[in-house]
Amino acid sequence: MNLVEQILAGDVRATARLLRDIDDQLPSAREALKQLYPHTGKAYIIGFTGSPGVGKSTLVDQLALEYRKQGLTVGILAIDPTSPFTGGAILGDRIRMQRHFTDSGVFIRSLATRGHFGGLTKSTNDMITVLDAMGKDVILVETVGVGQDEVDVANCAHTTVLVTIPGMGDEIQAIKAGIMEIGNIFVVNKADREGSRKTIRELKNLIELGLRRRDDEGWEPPIIETEALKGRGIPELMDAIEKHRRFLTENDRGQWDAVVAKRAKMQLLDTLREEALRELLRRMEARGENLDELVRKVTAKETDPYTVVQDLLQCELR
Amino acid sequence: MGKGMFSESQLERMEREYQDWLGEYQKALQRLPERLERFSTVSDMEVKSLYTPLDIKEKDYFEDLGFPGQYPFTRGVQPTMYRARLWTMRMFAGLGTAEDTNKRFHYLIEHGETGLSTAFDFPTLMGYDTDAPVARGECGKCGVAIDTIDDMRRLFAGINLEEVTTSMTINPPASVIWAMYIANAENEGYDRKKLGGTIQNDCLKEFIAQKTLMLPPEPSLRLVVDTVEFGTYEVPRWNTISISGYHIREAGATAVQELAFTIYDGITYVEECIKRGLKVDDFAGRLSFFWNSHIDFFEEIAKMRAARRMWARIMKERFKAQKPRSMLCRFHTQTAGCSLTAQEPYNNIIRTTTEALAAVLGGTQSLHTNSLDEVYMIPSEEAVRIALRTQQILADETGVANVIDPLAGSYFVEALTDKMEEEAMAYIRKLDELGGMVAAIEKDYPQMEIADAAYQFQQQVERGEKIIIGVNKFPSERPELEFVLRIDDELENFQIERTRQFKEKRDKVKLQKAMDELRRRCEGPPCWENNVMPALIDAVRAGATEQECCDLYREVFGTYTDPGTF
Amino acid sequence: MSEERKLRILIAKPGLDGHDRGARVIARAFRDAGFEVIYTGCHQTPEQIVNTAIQEDVDLIGLSILSGAHRYSFPRVMELLKENNAEDIAVIGGGIFPLEDIPKLKAIGIKEIFEPGAKLEDIVNWVRTHIKPRKAMVA
Repeated sequence: MNLVEQILAGDVRATARLLRDIDDQLPSAREALKQLYPHTGKAYIIGFTGSPGVGKSTLVDQLALEYRKQGLTVGILAIDPTSPFTGGAILGDRIRMQRHFTDSGVFIRSLATRGHFGGLTKSTNDMITVLDAMGKDVILVETVGVGQDEVDVANCAHTTVLVTIPGMGDEIQAIKAGIMEIGNIFVVNKADREGSRKTIRELKNLIELGLRRRDDEGWEPPIIETEALKGRGIPELMDAIEKHRRFLTENDRGQWDAVVAKRAKMQLLDTLREEALRELLRRMEARGENLDELVRKVTAKETDPYTVVQDLLQCELR
Repeated sequence: MGKGMFSESQLERMEREYQDWLGEYQKALQRLPERLERFSTVSDMEVKSLYTPLDIKEKDYFEDLGFPGQYPFTRGVQPTMYRARLWTMRMFAGLGTAEDTNKRFHYLIEHGETGLSTAFDFPTLMGYDTDAPVARGECGKCGVAIDTIDDMRRLFAGINLEEVTTSMTINPPASVIWAMYIANAENEGYDRKKLGGTIQNDCLKEFIAQKTLMLPPEPSLRLVVDTVEFGTYEVPRWNTISISGYHIREAGATAVQELAFTIYDGITYVEECIKRGLKVDDFAGRLSFFWNSHIDFFEEIAKMRAARRMWARIMKERFKAQKPRSMLCRFHTQTAGCSLTAQEPYNNIIRTTTEALAAVLGGTQSLHTNSLDEVYMIPSEEAVRIALRTQQILADETGVANVIDPLAGSYFVEALTDKMEEEAMAYIRKLDELGGMVAAIEKDYPQMEIADAAYQFQQQVERGEKIIIGVNKFPSERPELEFVLRIDDELENFQIERTRQFKEKRDKVKLQKAMDELRRRCEGPPCWENNVMPALIDAVRAGATEQECCDLYREVFGTYTDPGTF
Repeated sequence: MSEERKLRILIAKPGLDGHDRGARVIARAFRDAGFEVIYTGCHQTPEQIVNTAIQEDVDLIGLSILSGAHRYSFPRVMELLKENNAEDIAVIGGGIFPLEDIPKLKAIGIKEIFEPGAKLEDIVNWVRTHIKPRKAMVA
């Protein structure tokens, strides 16, 4: 069996290795992705975003358990930040998913941002392609959870769950300023804590004020209270996700098609950006032009970035 | 003359002459500069070249030091200290089967040990019997394997349990192991009211440092309070919690962090017991502490003195304790395992001696001295005898136990004691702000503080800023030792088989009834009527194994994994 | 525009021993050396460790242990790697080991053992010298 056949047959080792090549941006991985792409479109993709410490990993762990009980297979992509100083990373989300380590129906992969912003990695979408093709029924994506710009997940997932906890002070302000408009479902985790009612009330107000997603008209974003560590609220969250899935797939306004198209568009544009850049740089090098030298010229004001790019495009794309 | 031990004119003169001296010192340094760019303790607390009355001018003898046995107990918890009774020489011991450890206990008593201390193996510490799949390869390796009350009987065979006090290092399953101890003692004809000893039972420091994790924090605390409550009414001579800094320090904390996090754990236990309805003066006297004695001599002495003063003040001011006994920070000390080196292991005798001396001068109530081979494994008889002899030499030959708190009044020691208290109190305020220790643990706050300190220390060692002889100065290879203890891998099968046979002989009906009652109590709201201890004693007497009780806990209360953030 | 391949390393503590100071320190040192570290912490079974190593496609597994249970867990990890055709994943150990166990551990394929007092710098350099990310897969 070749690599693609192995992955389609659900081979864990082959899948894991291709994911690595994708993460490392190896050109050879494109070939496998091409062959895998036709086999995608079956998995349901759920994204989780929210600040560090709100319990995203624990929620993902609990949901994975519930999906397994339903007989569904689960893929998990958990993203942690790369250190901007050393380029290294410690990826520790798995630690809260230990009970799945020996379950062959769950595949967990930890990813480092490697300098990418937006909450996901450059490779996330392609990795989803692979997990989808290998036959995972549900794919759970956990974002880094550090910034207010974590909006990529909304384009990547079918359902986006925004997680917060009571008593985080300015948390609601931060959500309001940034990521409020990406949540299809809101979760107030650690709901046994003081301030839970207040947080829920504030979220409700924001939703009523219209601070909500524009692309799922007709969907009333629910607010689910959970205590993920104890498993409380998990069935309600499952139920909300399922309702949202049905809302997307079973209405006749074409919203599911729109979501699928949005994913495809993002993947297309991302790939175009990456490949075009890669190709242009390759050709530049081939002509003996050196990036460092161009940088020197720009720095010395001998030229400017706009002229360089214009010349490059005229030269290469004429 | 205001507060303080020196008159204003004395201090004025001191200030002038100190400045003069400092000038001389600087001049002398031009000829021969200081050896180091910066002088600091092993915990990286900077120290000056000289301490004078100026460094303790704000201190008041009566408010800040007092007499031994008097508030705030800086100088010692008893009026007589070692003049009347030496510290208890209590060597932490546990290996292989209950019989192996019993043999070691007798060996230590024969050689002059005055109290027992039990080390359990990892399965026992984590609430598993030897036959659990996760326990593979662990039986008897780091301590003794105790599955059943029968093992407990073998462990203490031939030892008078009303005469010797027994410490047991056990945390999440502490209630179960204590129930086995009490049930066994009663089976042997002893009176529970006369039993003396300690269970470590400090679940908070497990979340913070040692990671012997079983249940989430909340039910862990509930079980701790159950044991305190039971001890208060039923086993009055027992220390029901040994609030432990030792493991926090071994995980890499600084002396201040050890002090602060441990004292705050103590605060948390007191609060929880009060919430249960216990009166502070009814139980606080049975709380004890456990400190690490690390390699930096004065820092450790200052830490122990500061601990006594802080705990006394907290108990009096924060908890309004009335009885002096409630305010005592009585403590056990162990020399620092993490200070030992695998290279040139005989040097470990010197390290342990210095650390033991610091503990004695710090006023410890009992002491474990590490063996020179403890960096490799559980100590051999030969090595453990040297370690015990170290204490005996300090006690009987050196004269250091003849005078109470002999370092009091040292400008340096007093100033360092103050600094310890001051910096630890800053942590305590921070923990208050975070909403208490459980909230802080959930935020990974103490864990991160310790991990940062551990990493920083390691980097200082690698840069040569902190010296370890045989490691980064005069580096040396690890030698073969002539005496080495081996734990037979085959013990595991022996113990599994023994427990299996024990289980077969149990009265199933009686056992089920006892377990049902234990479950009922666990599921009920925490209160005296639902205290787990009486039910546990019945259950283990009916043959419940440690794991069976702990599995029930896990079922009712859930489990916990370390958040593991960085 | 291919980035340089990053080393991926799993740091885990097999068995019931919870003393994670060494594991945490080495995880940080590896991060600071620019590696990607998957940290699963304490109380891991050999089965969990090997499955994680495979799913995460690591180049190296670092096992930290102080309890003496390495005589069971280390051979078991090697056995499971073999069963899963993943023998190319290198394994190193750190912690406390009886001297006579060290050659035995190396004989079953543990690449290196780091004992108390080992310098972080030396461990990082050892990894840089001995562990190379594997070659690209071919579709």
